[in-house]
Parts: sequence; C-alpha cells; structure tokens
Amino acid sequence: MRYLAATTAREAAEALAAEAGVTRVLAGGTDVLVQMKAGLVEPDLVVDIKKIPGIATITPEAGGFRIGAAVANAVLGEHEGVRALWPGVVEGANLIGSTQVQGRCTMAGNLCNASPAGDAAPGLVAANAVARIAGPEGERDCPVADIPAGPGKTTLKKGEVITSILLPARPARASDAYLRFIPRTEMDIAVASAAVSLELDADGTVKAARVVLGAVAPTVVVAEDAGRTLVGTKLDEATLAKMAKACEAVCKPIDDKRGTVAFRTKTAGTLAKRAALIAYARAGGAK
Amino acid sequence: MKSIPVSTTINGDACEFLCAPDETLLDALRNRLGLTGAKEGCGTGDCGACSVTLNGRLVCSCLVLGVEAEGAEITTIEGMADGDELHPLQRHFIDHAALQCGVCTPGILVAAKALLEKNPEPSDEEVRYWLAGNLCRCTGYDKIIRAVQAAAAEMRGA
Repeated sequence: MRYLAATTAREAAEALAAEAGVTRVLAGGTDVLVQMKAGLVEPDLVVDIKKIPGIATITPEAGGFRIGAAVANAVLGEHEGVRALWPGVVEGANLIGSTQVQGRCTMAGNLCNASPAGDAAPGLVAANAVARIAGPEGERDCPVADIPAGPGKTTLKKGEVITSILLPARPARASDAYLRFIPRTEMDIAVASAAVSLELDADGTVKAARVVLGAVAPTVVVAEDAGRTLVGTKLDEATLAKMAKACEAVCKPIDDKRGTVAFRTKTAGTLAKRAALIAYARAGGAK
Repeated sequence: MKSIPVSTTINGDACEFLCAPDETLLDALRNRLGLTGAKEGCGTGDCGACSVTLNGRLVCSCLVLGVEAEGAEITTIEGMADGDELHPLQRHFIDHAALQCGVCTPGILVAAKALLEKNPEPSDEEVRYWLAGNLCRCTGYDKIIRAVQAAAAEMRGA
C-alpha cells in the first residue's frame, strides 16, 4: 500500500485516476480503516485529503454553509451557525459512532461509505445538499441524493473525490429534524430512520416539505408523496397518518438480525411523523 | 512496503519514528515508541481502549494511520500524570476502585480528561454518553462514573 497526503484536490484526483489498483480516499478513516482491518479491502493507494487547504473548514456561502469534506462531525456539531440553520443535518451527523469516532468521521465519508443506514445521508438529502466533486477533468456539483448507488456503492467515477458539501440557504420559518430507531440508546446502526425538512408560511401552514427515509432500501429514499401530503397542512393527525402510509409505500427494506421488513416499514413511517413534528416546532409552527 | 518517516509531537515532546504506510497509530505508539498505555481491544473503533487525543480531539488510535501523525500533536495516557504526581482522575479511579483488569482504564482516563476539559461539570448522563465508546467488561460502569464525578468536583475546586 502506498500513502499519499495530497496537497491539492487536483493532485488527489489525478493520483486516484492514475492508480490501476484498489484506491481509497482517507478523510476520517472510521470506515476505511475498519474495512482494511477486517480484510474487506486491501488498497494499493490511500489518498489522504486532510492536507488540502480549506478541506477541513466550514465557510458561509450564499446564506448557507459549505462544509469541507474533512470536517469532523464533532467540529460540525460545535458550529452554532450550521446547528441553527440545519439542526436535523447536524443531529444525524452527530449520531454516528462514539465520541472518539465523532472526532474523525465526516459527512462526506458517511455519504461515500454508502451504507443504506448511514445517519448523515437522510438529513443531507432532505436538505437538498449539493456535493462538490473534484475529478481528473475538473470540478462538478452533484446533489447528494445522486451519490449513493446501493450498499457500499456510489455514482462517483474513478478519480473523483468529494471536496465539500453545500448546505443551502433557507427562508425564515424553516427547519429540519432526524430520528432513527436503534434498540439501545447509543453506539448502534439505524434499523430505520427518517429526516424531514419543512418550510412554513407566516401562519404555520407547510409550504414545502421533504421527507427522506434511511435503512429501508438499498439507498436513502426520498418519499416524494409523503412530502406532498404535508404541504398545505398544519400537520394534523389525519395528515400525519396519511404521510406515514406514504412513507410505508416507498419502503423496500431487507429482513436481517436488526429488524424485519414489517418492523422497518412501520417504524420508518412512525419516525417520519415524529421528525415532522419536531421540524415543525423548530420552524416556529404552533400546534 | 516502504517505511515512511513521521515527525510528530507526543505529550509535548518532539518525536520521530518510521512506520509502514498501513500501520495504525496505535501500533506505532506501542511497537515503535514503547508507549504501551493505549491498548488494542477490538482494533475497529468500538471499544475505546486505544483512545488518545490527536490535535486536541479524542480519537481511537486504531482508526488513525501512523503516517497521519505527521505534524500533529498527540497526547496519550503516558502524558497524564505530572512525574510521580497522579492526575486527579487517576487518583479517584484508584480511590473508587473504578478498574479491575485495567485494560480499558487508560482509554477511559484519556476520554474522561477530554470531557472535563470541554465540560468541567457534566451530569452523570453526559458522562455516560461521552464514555459510550469506552467499553469496560469488569466494573459495570457505576464506579467509573463516580470516579469521574469525584475528579471533576476536585478539579473545579468544589
């Protein structure tokens, strides 16, 4: 294995593109090193991106925030501005692993690890976040929703590396929330999860809604119908019940030791209901 | 595999070592530098026995490559006592019998110190969440929580 601490995104992209063997990008390493230890991957080249200037910084941009790909989730959680604007994104990111893991793990890494149960992904997709990707042919922007392709697979091409994620601006009276179900209180992987992002009118009516589910399909799923159900309402009981049904309709989970198809499906709808109510209250909606 | 020279700072002292590109910081600390306080429990970031701080952040040294220590500042359990003078956390762990076999103890002490630097007056719940990534199979945790709280009180001058 060769190790390269790239000092520019271009250097990282070119080295990854030129390597014929197995490559891995190293940011926090909390997935890559585990996979190496388990023998699941034996990289020929590991490219550390943390020495690239600016890659570990959070920068205000156009009313939102650009989160560098090497910003550790603990650092993200300490950023008042991001927490105020996108609390649901931050709470998802901060649920990953232990204090020790939080000191290293990143949202971009969670996205690229492409576990259907990744806790950072649903919030980012609900936020319509956009990944900036450096590649051998230059830079491009891509909605984070289009990054995961299936368990452990992404749509990134050879030589491409995410350098930052843009959390966009949002109007006043807008907020988000993320909830997951695990059988214990911490240090576990989501059995099902839901992120909800809402924008409200002045009178508290939902103007725009995005509902995203995790751990119930090969990738995170945008529950389009569920989001539409919420628009024009103030989240009354009947609306929430209808929304939960719409969530259940898009679930295609697996049965495994952590949960059955039936349990995951029902739980995803229930979590979406609860997350919607939290997002609604955060956005200033009064019931 | 070609060894890579690494210049770093450990417990305030400048330090240089050679390591393989795929070698973990934990292995470099233990096998190349003789700093055997950090332990390998799981080797996959679940147990926290290898906890150190890297540029002020609590991390599992089993999930850090040795080469990533280049230019970094690392603190380990070996830097916790001041000569023969134990850190209050170390004293209270002994006084409260907050350890039995001791394998998890260095990691828990490093993690608890990082907590108290950030939050000098944590609730029991905050201590438990902060230490959720430090597994102990002997004590049942209660004594650990009590020892951390007693040390925190002493350090606050209470």
